[in-house]
Amino acid sequence: MKRSTRALRGGGEKAIEKQIAMGKLTARDRINALLDAHSFQEYDLFVEHRCRDFDMDKKSLPGDGVITGTGTLSGQGVCIYAQDFTVAGGSLGLMHARKITKIMDHAIKMGLPIIGINDSGGARIQEGVDSLAGYGEIFYRNTAASGVVPQISVILGPCAGGAVYSPALTDFVFVVDQISKMFITGPEVIKTVLGEEISMEDLGGARVHTEISGNAHFFARNEVECFHQIKKLMTFLPGNNTKRPIPQAPAPPKAKYSIEQIIPPEPSKPYDVRDIIRAVCDNSDFFEIQQHWAANIVVGFARLNGETIGVVGNQPLVLAGVLDVDSSDKAARFIRFCNAFSIPLVTFVDLPGYLPGVDQEHAGVIRHGAKILYAYSEATVPKVTVILRKAYGGGYIAMCSRHLRADFVFAWPTAEIAVMGPEGAANIIFRNEIASAADPAAMRKQKVVEYTEKFANPYVAAAAGHIDAVILPADTRKFLLHAIQISKQKTETRPRKKHGIPPF
Amino acid sequence: MTDKIQTKKTLLIEDREYETQFTGKFERRKRYTIADPKKLYCVIPGVILQIHVHPGKKVHRDERLLVLEAMKMENQVLSPIEGRIKTIHVKAGTMVPKGTLLLEFE
Repeated sequence: MKRSTRALRGGGEKAIEKQIAMGKLTARDRINALLDAHSFQEYDLFVEHRCRDFDMDKKSLPGDGVITGTGTLSGQGVCIYAQDFTVAGGSLGLMHARKITKIMDHAIKMGLPIIGINDSGGARIQEGVDSLAGYGEIFYRNTAASGVVPQISVILGPCAGGAVYSPALTDFVFVVDQISKMFITGPEVIKTVLGEEISMEDLGGARVHTEISGNAHFFARNEVECFHQIKKLMTFLPGNNTKRPIPQAPAPPKAKYSIEQIIPPEPSKPYDVRDIIRAVCDNSDFFEIQQHWAANIVVGFARLNGETIGVVGNQPLVLAGVLDVDSSDKAARFIRFCNAFSIPLVTFVDLPGYLPGVDQEHAGVIRHGAKILYAYSEATVPKVTVILRKAYGGGYIAMCSRHLRADFVFAWPTAEIAVMGPEGAANIIFRNEIASAADPAAMRKQKVVEYTEKFANPYVAAAAGHIDAVILPADTRKFLLHAIQISKQKTETRPRKKHGIPPF
Repeated sequence: MTDKIQTKKTLLIEDREYETQFTGKFERRKRYTIADPKKLYCVIPGVILQIHVHPGKKVHRDERLLVLEAMKMENQVLSPIEGRIKTIHVKAGTMVPKGTLLLEFE
């Protein structure tokens, strides 16, 4: 049999049958399904492992269990690797790791995004510390590439132990229902050491990581849907941090999103902030990230006049749109991604503040909440903020206020920019008057009304210059288009430093 | 495991009730309870190897109560207070999950 035929067969027919029976594609089929047809150029097909222990010298592992190369995705160059589970369970040995680090080095040099498809049983035990060295070299490059080229991780099988840290260091992690499994310690170890019984799916399945841990960004029902999500995401991203995303043809929002009909007049009633985003962005096309985790904040990509923007919005539909530990982490990470890749940020504000509670305080909401302040303050991309309704207290400051150097702050007439909500404020400021009144309830009500009239509006902040303009909801898109257009040449310098120390 | 969003809830923030939905994670959050100094709980899952005290025994602060094997280490469980042992809820050789009530003081 020809050398190349043998290498291209991977783990052989039986192993491939097993892979397909699990509802998985083979590594090669995955690459071909994701990239443009016939664009894949493979490297290192003939690489072989060098392990001489445990009779490994008698074993040949085609491609050493990983396929690497370059290709195009919607016409744009990418570097890609896919671990081949049919070859020794996709286990990672030294040469396997070297193939990956070689393609990563290539990606950094060429300024191309890198896509890693993970499907591996973990370290190749026979290779011992060499396989650990391999992981370490990958993690180092993930960090070096961070903020230089977009890094995408696709979990299409097991990804356990140390292996999970490569995806964790990358920008976007894709998982597929019933196929992706990610954990540091597996169910067997947990059972023997800790006596706790849990299934692989409940410990580190796709739903767990998209809904509970927040480790993954996109959930798909099958691999084909997952590849569509990756292709769509890539259309919003630049190839590297010196490029801009390729603009698309501008398109107006769809007529069915009527911006004036979305927000209820009562500040305590919910609505879906994504409808506001869809009412202003091109073609009403909002591509949401981490949709199922920390849903009290919404982040994702959209376009204005054909150009990519990063959108952050409080979501009153979930937990009243409060900031908490998870939503702060989610927003801060996204803001830093946008800043690294020069994607302008548009922020929609409507929040009552931070989530009260012992669990939040003990979980470190101070440290986590600080991340969002850090990320917004640090960002030098164009920053446009629209205050839709409530902007109270620390939440107002955190959501890309002027004080964190928003370039434009617009407020709707319904905006309430105040130190706190009228009920809370009246109860504190007029405590004595309310307590000594003949009818305390009536007095409280009257004081709440007074406070609302005086302070629950955008004009106090407008008078101080903290906001730039009070705009009609219907004019929001017009103002955003103008703000983004006029910010194109924005330059903003900060004190020179090696790097800042964000509250990780 | 899924984290379904619970609809139609109210959340009280600064004296105002907000109509909203809850996440499963929020619903499952641990309610805070004040710690009872007379109860000693297991802080790490493991196996009880030895018990050095018996009900009725007077112990001083930092006295060794039990040995718990956890994460391949033998951990000495010391008395957080000075007092008398009331009841011991575990036996040598039993595997205890995190949060198990180990013993109570009088």
